[in-house]
Amino acid sequence: MTQSYQLSHLDQLESEGIFVLRETAAQFERPCILFSGGKDSIVVARLAQKAFWPARPPLTFLHVDTGHNFPETIEFRDRFLGDLGAQLQVALVQDSIDRGRVVEEKGPNASRNGLQTVTLLDALEEGRFDAAVGGARRDEEKARAKERFFSHRDEFGQWDPKNQRPELWNLFNGRKQPGEHFRVFPLSNWTEMDVWQYILREEIPIPALYFAHEREVIEREGVLLAVTEFLTLREEERTERRTVRFRTVGDATCTGAVESAASTLEAVIEEVASARQTERGGRADDRRSEAAMEDRKRQGYF
Amino acid sequence: METLDGYLDMDLLRFTTAGSVDDGKSTLIGRLMFDTKTIFEDQLESIERTSRQRGDENVNLALLTDGLRSEREQGITIDVAYRYFATPKRKFIIADTPGHIQYTRNMVTGASTANLAIILVDARKGVIEQTCRHSFIASLLRIEHVVLCVNKMDLVDYAQERFEEIVAAFKAFATRLQIKEITFVPISALHGDNVVNRSANMPWYEGPSLLYHLENVYIGPDSNHVDARFPVQWVIRPHSREHHDYRGYAGRVHGGVFRPGDEVVVLPSGFTTRIRSVERFEGPVEEAFSPMSVVIRLEDDIDVSRGDMIAKPNNQPRVEQELDAMFCWFSPERPLEPGRKYLLRHTTRSVRALVREVRYKVDINTLHKEEGDVQLGLNDIGRIHVRTAEPLLYDSYRRNRLTGGFVLVDEGTNRTVGAGMIR
Repeated sequence: MTQSYQLSHLDQLESEGIFVLRETAAQFERPCILFSGGKDSIVVARLAQKAFWPARPPLTFLHVDTGHNFPETIEFRDRFLGDLGAQLQVALVQDSIDRGRVVEEKGPNASRNGLQTVTLLDALEEGRFDAAVGGARRDEEKARAKERFFSHRDEFGQWDPKNQRPELWNLFNGRKQPGEHFRVFPLSNWTEMDVWQYILREEIPIPALYFAHEREVIEREGVLLAVTEFLTLREEERTERRTVRFRTVGDATCTGAVESAASTLEAVIEEVASARQTERGGRADDRRSEAAMEDRKRQGYF
Repeated sequence: METLDGYLDMDLLRFTTAGSVDDGKSTLIGRLMFDTKTIFEDQLESIERTSRQRGDENVNLALLTDGLRSEREQGITIDVAYRYFATPKRKFIIADTPGHIQYTRNMVTGASTANLAIILVDARKGVIEQTCRHSFIASLLRIEHVVLCVNKMDLVDYAQERFEEIVAAFKAFATRLQIKEITFVPISALHGDNVVNRSANMPWYEGPSLLYHLENVYIGPDSNHVDARFPVQWVIRPHSREHHDYRGYAGRVHGGVFRPGDEVVVLPSGFTTRIRSVERFEGPVEEAFSPMSVVIRLEDDIDVSRGDMIAKPNNQPRVEQELDAMFCWFSPERPLEPGRKYLLRHTTRSVRALVREVRYKVDINTLHKEEGDVQLGLNDIGRIHVRTAEPLLYDSYRRNRLTGGFVLVDEGTNRTVGAGMIR
């Protein structure tokens, strides 16, 4: 024997993610991948490319678009998925508003983040998707620590933590009644650090928002928010120019920036390694209450 | 970029923790995460706030692992929660399982993917029924490394005699189990003694700290490298101009080593051929071993589909429609019903199965076998005999956890209602 037959932890995580994606293709009729242009969904897309190579991934890429995007994200999305040869379908929150399915929030803290859930569930139903693959990780938030790889949703798209299926060994149970669907999380066992290291190792392109750049921001309740056409300023709020980067790329109205000089992947990783705040610490949507994520998950959020 | 290079080369240890709320399990996990700097400021502030509100004397590290609101309200853990931390040497995945008897199924689930189990005992109480139950499950699920953490040593004045008593009692019990390696560590999770650093309070203890042991214990793969097993998961056929006749079998190696040129047999059909190439997205590979996900291409054009298994002609799994297994029942709704049909999932195969008989039930606190007219209810473990509608391609669980484990699914509710370890 010339070698020890050991895989590094990144190789093990990659192999597990590929296994989960192939299992998704095999167990479901119309699976899709939720693609936001954020780093986690980018890693999922890369795993999908590897899992079915040299064929194209047999899954549709679905973007639930709040309309409140950073333009960089959309440019990136189109280029990245184009290179992958992937099929993209966009579901617009604006359509849900126009059709009266949801009502736009008012006031300075207005966000379309919560509205996405309805748009997502409508898009899954209209597209007859029976599985939606997402990039969520268990280390992100405590309500996610108990999430499964194959997470069952009832006919209303809701998550019931008490009615999830035990997952033993490599065995995932995707059986369901008509109208129900599954969320699938191939990155369940990855941490934020693993994702960054993998992006570095694989030389995967990511949107420029993740790197330090100058932009107009305001500070609101300790969070730096980008000044965009979607943000309503309060009277006392002053905009200022700062050098910042984003740790997550979500809806522009609620994704907080951090002050940073990290302009390369290596510098970003060094920063992540010494960070003293969780990456979701900058997300206004999680700060709404102690159990904010748990409540949104139950309703069918990502 | 020394830290980066090191990180790319880390390995992975999956372990499970069992113990009740009172054993200080949450405190121990909180301590490991806190002392390895896995906890962030906002998380720490949040638990400091909650500790103050509850009137706790110290920052309650146990709050870090509190999950869902219903659990916080009831002060219990209802499900397996997964936690992550890393040191420069290893990345760790903890399957944190509640220890009470009514959560046996969660312990079994958490143990199924673990390489090591930490079992906590309270130094004041010593080895109790619950300790035996946790050890039995670790042994049944074939976890090779067990660490018995004797916690709350501070409450017995860090007494060596008390520790030795507990070690002796556990060793006596463990002779009835099959565990390859047992390590004993006296700790205080609350104060951090022997968790990350060796404790000055117990100079008589000469072993490693818990974290040092976790970082350095040698962990082999889940499956062995002798019996080559490749369950076909998905057939890749691009139908594109450049890959017109391409046909590849995608899957994850469940044991052994596969190399181009190897003679292989495809089961259950029994056709033999040779491996033309082993491939990944990055290109061809010289050898594939567990747990790699690869694509195998064969020399001959034979009919292979999901659920088939590629193995070596001189080392094949059993191909049978009957099996005997140790089995844990998960469903609260109704007991396992002999004579009833279920769907059985094993590797990438799914077949209908009939449970013919419950041979005995194990009292998991005393390990006594109850024979005769017994039923397996929620959280019960026993031995069953199953007949399947089509052949399964399996090994004994002792030899290979991945080709020896299966679950049963209720065809009416679609729920996973139990898990078995083939004998």
